[in-house]
Amino acid sequence: MAPNAAAPADTFPKLLIRNAELYGSRPAMRQKDLGIWQTWSWAEALDIVRAYAVGLNRLGLKRGETIAIVGANRPKLYWSVMAAQMLGAVPVPVYADAVADELAFVLAHAEVRFAAVEDQEQIDKIMSVTERLPKLEEMIYDERRGLRDYDHSHLHPIDDIIAEGRKELADPSVAAWLDAEIAAGKGSDPSIILYTSGTTGASKGVVLTCERSIRAATDTVMFDKLNENDVALAYLPLAWVGDHYLNYAQGLVAGFCMACPENPDTAMADLREIGPSFYFAPPRTLEVLLTRVMIRMEDAGFLKRKMFHYFIGIARRYGERILNGQPVPPTGRLLYWIGNVLVYGPLKNVLGFSRVRVAYTAGEAVGPDLFSFYRSIGLNLKQLYGQTEAFLYVTAQPDGEIYSDTVGPAIPNVDIRIAEDGEVQFKSPGMFSGYFKDDDKTAEVMTTDGYVKTGDAGYFDEKTGHLKIIDRSNDVGKLSDGTLFPPKYIENKLKFYPNIREVVAYGDRRDFVAVMINIDLTAVGSWAERNNVVYGSYQELAGHPLVYDMIEKHAAEVNRSLAQDKMMAGAQIKRFLILHKELDADDGELTRTQKVRRGFIADRYGPLVKALYDGSREADISTEVTFEDGRKGTISARVKIRDMKTEPVPSGMGKAA
Amino acid sequence: MRAPGGPEVAVGDVLLSAENVSLSFGGVKAVSDVSFDIRKGEIRAIIGPNGAGKTSMLNIINGFYQPQHGRITFKGETRSKMRPHDAAYGGIARTFQNVALFRGMTVLDNIMAGRSLKMHKNFFWQLLRFGPAMTEEVEHRHRVEQIIDFLKIQEIRRTPVGRLPYGLQKRVELGRALAMEPDLLLLDEPMAGMNMEEKEDMSRYVLDVNDHFGTTVALIEHDMGVVMDLSDRVVVLDHGIKIADGTPDEIMNNQGVIDAYLGVAH
Repeated sequence: MAPNAAAPADTFPKLLIRNAELYGSRPAMRQKDLGIWQTWSWAEALDIVRAYAVGLNRLGLKRGETIAIVGANRPKLYWSVMAAQMLGAVPVPVYADAVADELAFVLAHAEVRFAAVEDQEQIDKIMSVTERLPKLEEMIYDERRGLRDYDHSHLHPIDDIIAEGRKELADPSVAAWLDAEIAAGKGSDPSIILYTSGTTGASKGVVLTCERSIRAATDTVMFDKLNENDVALAYLPLAWVGDHYLNYAQGLVAGFCMACPENPDTAMADLREIGPSFYFAPPRTLEVLLTRVMIRMEDAGFLKRKMFHYFIGIARRYGERILNGQPVPPTGRLLYWIGNVLVYGPLKNVLGFSRVRVAYTAGEAVGPDLFSFYRSIGLNLKQLYGQTEAFLYVTAQPDGEIYSDTVGPAIPNVDIRIAEDGEVQFKSPGMFSGYFKDDDKTAEVMTTDGYVKTGDAGYFDEKTGHLKIIDRSNDVGKLSDGTLFPPKYIENKLKFYPNIREVVAYGDRRDFVAVMINIDLTAVGSWAERNNVVYGSYQELAGHPLVYDMIEKHAAEVNRSLAQDKMMAGAQIKRFLILHKELDADDGELTRTQKVRRGFIADRYGPLVKALYDGSREADISTEVTFEDGRKGTISARVKIRDMKTEPVPSGMGKAA
Repeated sequence: MRAPGGPEVAVGDVLLSAENVSLSFGGVKAVSDVSFDIRKGEIRAIIGPNGAGKTSMLNIINGFYQPQHGRITFKGETRSKMRPHDAAYGGIARTFQNVALFRGMTVLDNIMAGRSLKMHKNFFWQLLRFGPAMTEEVEHRHRVEQIIDFLKIQEIRRTPVGRLPYGLQKRVELGRALAMEPDLLLLDEPMAGMNMEEKEDMSRYVLDVNDHFGTTVALIEHDMGVVMDLSDRVVVLDHGIKIADGTPDEIMNNQGVIDAYLGVAH
């Protein structure tokens, strides 16, 4: 089938109408409800969204106004986005797990008068900060449960709004009015405002216009040959650019079906049932999946374990070459074929990857072993590089040109250049029109000739011509002796071990590199079980001497690998500690997209950072934690610090200044 | 714990009443001469120090023990002898102090088991899973799925109960009791052994059950904070004797109760 190329429509509502005409009876949306997958066709979706739009208009939503969308991936919330766009209003999705304070910031900054939310939990959160939201008037909700006793003068079930609109639409003049509203939508109108996760400071509202969004999505739909027969599982946060782009925008452009999981915790099981053909997962998710598989294989019987490890070995040798279409000896092909019947096929089936045609990962560097594992069992996993300001894609790996350490060449119609200081800059069809109400910030990231500064340092690989990203350019520092110190590079090397979940590296303007480590409870917990290590809590496990020994081994391996790179040999890890609590987005330590906020953590764990550099063997720390409902408590602990042996640095190396 | 500004659950007629109930095991008087009632739609708590006779009282309501004296009137019918299955058919469901689920069966099957009283097709029809038996099973499955949705346990639908943490097992047990669509739900220490978060979740579910299905709830609980937040009325037992009965506020200020819990200076 040919990809669904040229999109003549310049707004998403017009695309919805086109899809209803072209693929009327094909599925547009699925969701599992009461254990059964429910399906809505494109024609049905259009019908619902039209009624919904009229209902919203009767409630008072007008062209140019903003409406917050808060909740998990649910058809009614996606339809809220579409219905708002149909009226020319601008949806502002917010992370469902945002704490009340973050929610208040976004809702106040976006000046929303309306909010479409999932359930009572979100309503409670918003109500707890109403004094900061003087503009907010009406809230509409999907899930009725627990709301019976609430004052309903400004609360409305989404179903009622749709029913109200449907009644009104029976009048032909209302239908004609709505058609005129849709036609009045211009490509240059703002389509959506996506708030960035805020790796560095408060989040900013990225305004994307209709026409640019559609043009960007059209390019990638062509690039990956997506069409109306594809299926994607929409399980990533609604407010994240990835979900809005990959599922919503591409889904409307290509006309493919978007399936919503039953609830966020069932996503893995739903993935298997839906069997998507287009799949995206951040490296973290891929890691969790692999860890889970490996733990289960450890518990499997002798024969199964032997068979698994033998064929995974075969896959490592031949799998990637077969996927890339490179020459492979006939015995290799035969063994791989047998392995596919016995191991890879069933494994992919369990993971829900059986029908995946194109899979992407992005957001963080992906470990080479992790990446090649999935590729070797026959999953066409590729990397892309992008950001919210570009409406996701800047680069992507074309089929057959996959390297774990590059993010691929610029995708069609995107122009990339490397500035003198090494910063990656781009110009793309989907690039944003500005930050909402923040011209200063917009001016900061836009060059005078219309390129966007990414804030990432990178270069083009000589061999392949693909882009390589090193780090956030602001983060790359130097040790006090002048050795280059790219924290992310070191952190990623450590994070590739399943036992390590998060790492924060320090070293800029310091004498040596020291790291704080978060263990992975699943992996280390399973290890503890197998090795009779007894523990009562996360804190106790994290402080266990045997766990320290294990992490020291990992760090020593990283040091060996760093010593081999002449640029990095001086940046070996000298001291490390294991944190007593998991870094958490609710405490502001991670962004909502699970990226480490290094500066914030340095402040919060000040005593620990100090102890890393003053030679102490242990340090006391007491930190405030925020529970999901906003209450606060403190955790205190005594954290041990361990010294590392470093590999000898060959003379004349490591001072690449 | 009630929704802010919301009205209290409408409390109606007497659903169950115990009159002068006494129960002894040999020389030990577990319950002596206790009378109280449970009204339709309320959350009724039975509290008391260890060995006060709370679980014995629940077992009497449930028909598991036969009181030597006194009468139990349920839905207007007085019975001096009631067996557990009579109670179950009559619309009384319960959970236990120690989780009593089928550990090897999945969550779904465990809750499905709660529907067995409502299944009317005989064993052979069910074995065939064909025709009317199939229709019936689909209908029951639908009810069970509503309960799974209500308790937000979709992700463990297919997990054997034995593999679940304790807090979730308690929730599944509540699910199985709900599957019976009871008029009266008896909860024997629903929060025992739970951490703070699990207790809050469970409290939420008990309130939601009461609110959503209009189910009358009678519960035994140790955690005074939970009891006072949840209940409409509280009856206090001590050494098998009723020492107080009233709203949480009244109970908290009752000298007899304070003495029973904290001891009296001699």
